[in-house]
Amino acid sequence: MTAHDPTLPPRPNSAPIGYAYDEYDRAFVRERVAEFRGQVERRLAGALTEDEFRPFRLMNGLYLQLHAYMLRVAIPYGTLTSRQMRQLAHIADTWDKGYGHFTTRQNLQFNWPRLVDVPDILEALADVDMHAIQTSGNCIRNVTADHFAGVAADEIEDPRPTAEFLRQWSSAHAEFSFLPRKFKIAVTGAEHDRAAVKVHDIGLRVVKNAAGDIGYEVIVGGGLGRTPFIGKLLREFLPRAELLAYLEAILRVYNRFGRRDNKYKARIKILVHETGLDELRAQVEAEFAAMDRAPFAYDSEEFARVAAFFGTAPYDELPERSEAFEKAKADDAAFAAFAAVNVAPHRASGYAIVTVSLKPIGGIPGDATAAQMRALADAADAYGFGELRVSHEQNIILPHVRKDDLHALWRDLDAVGLATANAGLISDIISCPGLDYCALATARSIPIAQAISKRFADLERQRRIGQLGVKISGCINACGHHHVGAIGILGLEKKGVESYQVTLGGDPTLDASIGELIGPGVSAEEVPDVIENLVEFYLAERCEGERFIDTVRRLGHKRFKESARREGEDGSGI
Amino acid sequence: MAALRHPQIVIASDLAQGDVVVLGAAGWERDHLRAKIAYDGEAAAALKAAADAEVAANRVVDAYLVDVAIAADGAPTPLHFREQFRFAGPSVRPDLGKQAERREGDGR
Repeated sequence: MTAHDPTLPPRPNSAPIGYAYDEYDRAFVRERVAEFRGQVERRLAGALTEDEFRPFRLMNGLYLQLHAYMLRVAIPYGTLTSRQMRQLAHIADTWDKGYGHFTTRQNLQFNWPRLVDVPDILEALADVDMHAIQTSGNCIRNVTADHFAGVAADEIEDPRPTAEFLRQWSSAHAEFSFLPRKFKIAVTGAEHDRAAVKVHDIGLRVVKNAAGDIGYEVIVGGGLGRTPFIGKLLREFLPRAELLAYLEAILRVYNRFGRRDNKYKARIKILVHETGLDELRAQVEAEFAAMDRAPFAYDSEEFARVAAFFGTAPYDELPERSEAFEKAKADDAAFAAFAAVNVAPHRASGYAIVTVSLKPIGGIPGDATAAQMRALADAADAYGFGELRVSHEQNIILPHVRKDDLHALWRDLDAVGLATANAGLISDIISCPGLDYCALATARSIPIAQAISKRFADLERQRRIGQLGVKISGCINACGHHHVGAIGILGLEKKGVESYQVTLGGDPTLDASIGELIGPGVSAEEVPDVIENLVEFYLAERCEGERFIDTVRRLGHKRFKESARREGEDGSGI
Repeated sequence: MAALRHPQIVIASDLAQGDVVVLGAAGWERDHLRAKIAYDGEAAAALKAAADAEVAANRVVDAYLVDVAIAADGAPTPLHFREQFRFAGPSVRPDLGKQAERREGDGR
């Protein structure tokens, strides 16, 4: 047994950093593992055909991709303990190829498991209260949340107790296990939306009404994919006591009226679009009024019990200003650059939130080696109460770091290649796995991300450019969120070769907007030039304090489109 | 029998391992150089029928015909980039997949 043994319990001084399974939860997950073990055995013995087995494996997060099976592990609302992170590293080393891929839905994917090993992997996940249930299939998927939950300076309330309530409600929900299509819910409790709630099937914002009561703004029908939509406001204020019943009503309406004749029109965004918001609202309210709400009655004691798992960490009383932090920045320019973009304000005095970029220059967005996962777990234990978060931007968050410790943390991260100072900058690129791994992809995404990252490798230049979200998808399903990238890139096949469409002006926040195409597709080699032209135009035209997206909105799409034209051409190829 | 526009081979995923296999003269092979090549429609139909029987027998998953070009040494190379990646592995991780296995084989 070592200090890093994943079977060890959390350190005694660990903070209450997430929902702890009770015996019911553990039994449920163990039963599912045993059930899937039996299904795998029957599949391998030939008692189940692939058509019969596929729904079972998808319900347990197991896909068959281009080179191998892929297992998607749920990380509820993106919160992980150091113990769980070490177990993920252990799985990567034992049954996979020594790394994992953090996804845009705060999950983790293993790209190389063998079918025969998957039951053992699920057993290992269950050992640390994790699973892969409902990370695929036409069901309610892993509920995501603001990755700064509980520590953000602009927060009304930690959204994770709500997300946990929704997780319990939606897990193995018999009525909603075979929906017309998958269903994604995101929750934020802050003023500034970091959870992209307007591009989810249901987005929830914790809000206060005039009386000071906590409730939810309910947004419905957002989504990306083939037909992107910004979510629409269904309820301005939903009392907390009505949350589960109201969401049950929404899902019932969707389950009843959502299209099952065409998978490309089966998401709730299409139902909202075709039915109309007012009519859909009337249907939901009618269901809500007619249904037996007793099974979904709010239990304030139970909510308080769940919320206690996300209680305040045992912070030291510290002054807001850290002399050690200020001195380290003054003495070490590289650290100062890191602090300028990867460190965010914390609600507790003397503490900070650190974004650990999984986007090294020229690297694969979202990938972390097992050694890096262990280093992150060690860092969480040493500097942050053993807690980590996964962001939908495919980075890792250390949510409670004393400012006094930031320099030491940065040195530790730098030693394992995790100190890239680019959070929110142009090389902090969201990218799906694309055709390097994914069976649905039509083109590669990762090499495009790497080429852009290398083109803008100079971090000083990146800081001059400022906040700029580049998002890349390798097919129209838009797992790389390209529609809401300030610069979005979509990989397609055109006449037998990979071709890339560039969109402009997307935004995933409360000011959500869908990017507009700037013209026909370009080759992979041309993409960095197109991006560079757009960026140079922005730098030449921006006003004081403007981000890239601000300048796009002020000047308009047409001006930027013209700037993307390549020298000597009329832009027809872009 | 009608000639094919391009020669074809059958590609599939191994049920237990999940990796890419091709149908060879003696069954499923992990080395695409050992793929059985169909040059006319009748041979392609026979390959596909044999592959479908293997799918039904639960040894492989998702078997399909792939157009290939034949190199001077007789090696089949898929014409579409999607299957080229399947035969190689992730283009961004040359240390993984069949490309890495081939290099290891070369080194022995």
